[in-house]
Amino acid sequence: MTTTPEIKKTRTESMLINVGPSHPAMHGIVRIIAELDGEKIVSSDVEIGYLHRAFEKSAEQGGYLQVIPYTDRLNYVSPLINNVGYCLAIEKLFGLEITERAKYIRVIMSEISRVTDHLTCVGASAMELGAFTVFLYMIKAREFLYELIEEVTGARLTISYTRVGGVKGDLPKGFADKCRNAILETRKILKEVDELLTCNRIFVDRMKDVGVISKEDALAYGITGPFLRSTGVDYDVRRASPYLVYNRFDFEVPVGEHGDNYDRYLCRMEEMEQSMRIVEQALRDMPEGPVLLDTEGNVIPAAEMADQGKLGRIEGLPGQTAAVDPTLEGAHKENYASVETDNKRIALPPKEDTYTNIEGLMNHFKMIMMGHGIRPPKGEAYFPVEGANGELGFYVVSDGTDKPYRVRVRPPCFVIMAALPLMINGGMFADIVPTFGSVNMIGGEMDR
Amino acid sequence: MPKLHEKLKERWPEDVVELHDFRGDETAVIKRESLLRIADFIKRDSQFDLNVLIDLTAVDGLPLKWKPRFEVVYHFYSTAKNHRLRLKVRVEQEDAVVASLTGIWPVANWFEREVWDMFGIRFEGHPDLKRILMYEEFSGHPLRKDYPYNKRQPLIGPKN
Repeated sequence: MTTTPEIKKTRTESMLINVGPSHPAMHGIVRIIAELDGEKIVSSDVEIGYLHRAFEKSAEQGGYLQVIPYTDRLNYVSPLINNVGYCLAIEKLFGLEITERAKYIRVIMSEISRVTDHLTCVGASAMELGAFTVFLYMIKAREFLYELIEEVTGARLTISYTRVGGVKGDLPKGFADKCRNAILETRKILKEVDELLTCNRIFVDRMKDVGVISKEDALAYGITGPFLRSTGVDYDVRRASPYLVYNRFDFEVPVGEHGDNYDRYLCRMEEMEQSMRIVEQALRDMPEGPVLLDTEGNVIPAAEMADQGKLGRIEGLPGQTAAVDPTLEGAHKENYASVETDNKRIALPPKEDTYTNIEGLMNHFKMIMMGHGIRPPKGEAYFPVEGANGELGFYVVSDGTDKPYRVRVRPPCFVIMAALPLMINGGMFADIVPTFGSVNMIGGEMDR
Repeated sequence: MPKLHEKLKERWPEDVVELHDFRGDETAVIKRESLLRIADFIKRDSQFDLNVLIDLTAVDGLPLKWKPRFEVVYHFYSTAKNHRLRLKVRVEQEDAVVASLTGIWPVANWFEREVWDMFGIRFEGHPDLKRILMYEEFSGHPLRKDYPYNKRQPLIGPKN
């Protein structure tokens, strides 16, 4: 006798799935633990910290100037803005005003960085949706700008360009023309990308009404930058509390209305155009510094100069200019007055002085050796700048010694990641990719 | 026209302990018990209208011999009024507990987890206070001044 087997009642249960920590669509290391019902996300949790490098602890170990290279590694897509933010915070502690030209240079470099950051963000998220061409185009545009950055700072990424009291060196010869040219090329590419994406059915379908966040939620989560502006709040640090010389430029703050991925894309595209407008105006209005170094005639290699000094042949030395190698073109003594503060307690002396006279050498020694260095007065200061992802703030506490007592970075994408579950819950699993892409999470900045 | 932190002192003379505006950053140190009350007030009051909690962090005052040892620092911003205010709460090491602001600003959730992770300050009323940047097995709180910079942690991982 055979019995018919009892039909088991099927039951459903939700599935937990890990997106990350290492995942092709995660441009950084982050883990999203999503609970799925079919393809719908029921709940999710975000785990961060994979790129924690103890920035804040390391900053307390050395002098104030030694923090600058660390700040390059925060948001590594727009490192110049971090440099500027940190130096502005220290300058606020000192109550220091920098030279006009240095301010303009900082603005120009920050805005170029902002464009590179948005290019990366838009390009990468378009690539994840299948638009690989766009990615290649945008990386090409970024390359034009990286070349500019390389020429000014000597590096593409780890630039360490600003100094407390100014910037490392002046802009090189012919920078303005090259910059205008790069902007021209970038505009061409942006136009192409705009044609490829903005009305592209596939792209719009994936982006529109996906990853929506309301104005109230965005504010409650402390979100700033293009992310907040896409919801319709026109908060931009450059407009709300203008630092450097931002109040002198004519630029728009693009604002969206839906707070979805598509609006964020549009905001970023428009912001690039506005940043380039700022660069153009800054190039036009920038006060002229002294003429760049004439490398003919009285220039001798710095090492030889130092040797002559040691031998006591010092008669002609003070009037001579050293060919300092491998410093940048703009880092010569002539350029110092226009880009660095004349406060000797804060700005390092030009290399020519360090090599050739005792005052310069002592000044340099006093600032570099352990236990010396710049000493802001006791106190605390918070300085916000508009980073590419939002308000990037540096909160620095000084105890009057040569080491920062506490350096705190207010990372803009940290808070956006805190709000990410809000945007992806209830949506489709595949929508994690465009939503996460629009966050432009930068691990270096979020995990510090 | 009194500044924002002075207005706060006028309104809550008992709760505000100390004021300063070094380099224009308006700062008020408040009593620990009054944090929730004041946070709620500055968010709702039309004069203050501080609707964004921009940043939340802490400072360890051990080498400076601060009494109490820790300061929890809050930065607020108002999108409507475009002004900022910094609040500070001081806590002892033995009793390092502060009221959580997650009920008023959801962003406090992650910020408070970070402060717990880095400084070991607890937040009362936090829904899920666990480490955020470090891993669960990590021992100690790295941003405390008595945590050595070069300290090593034991290896963790699946046992063979």
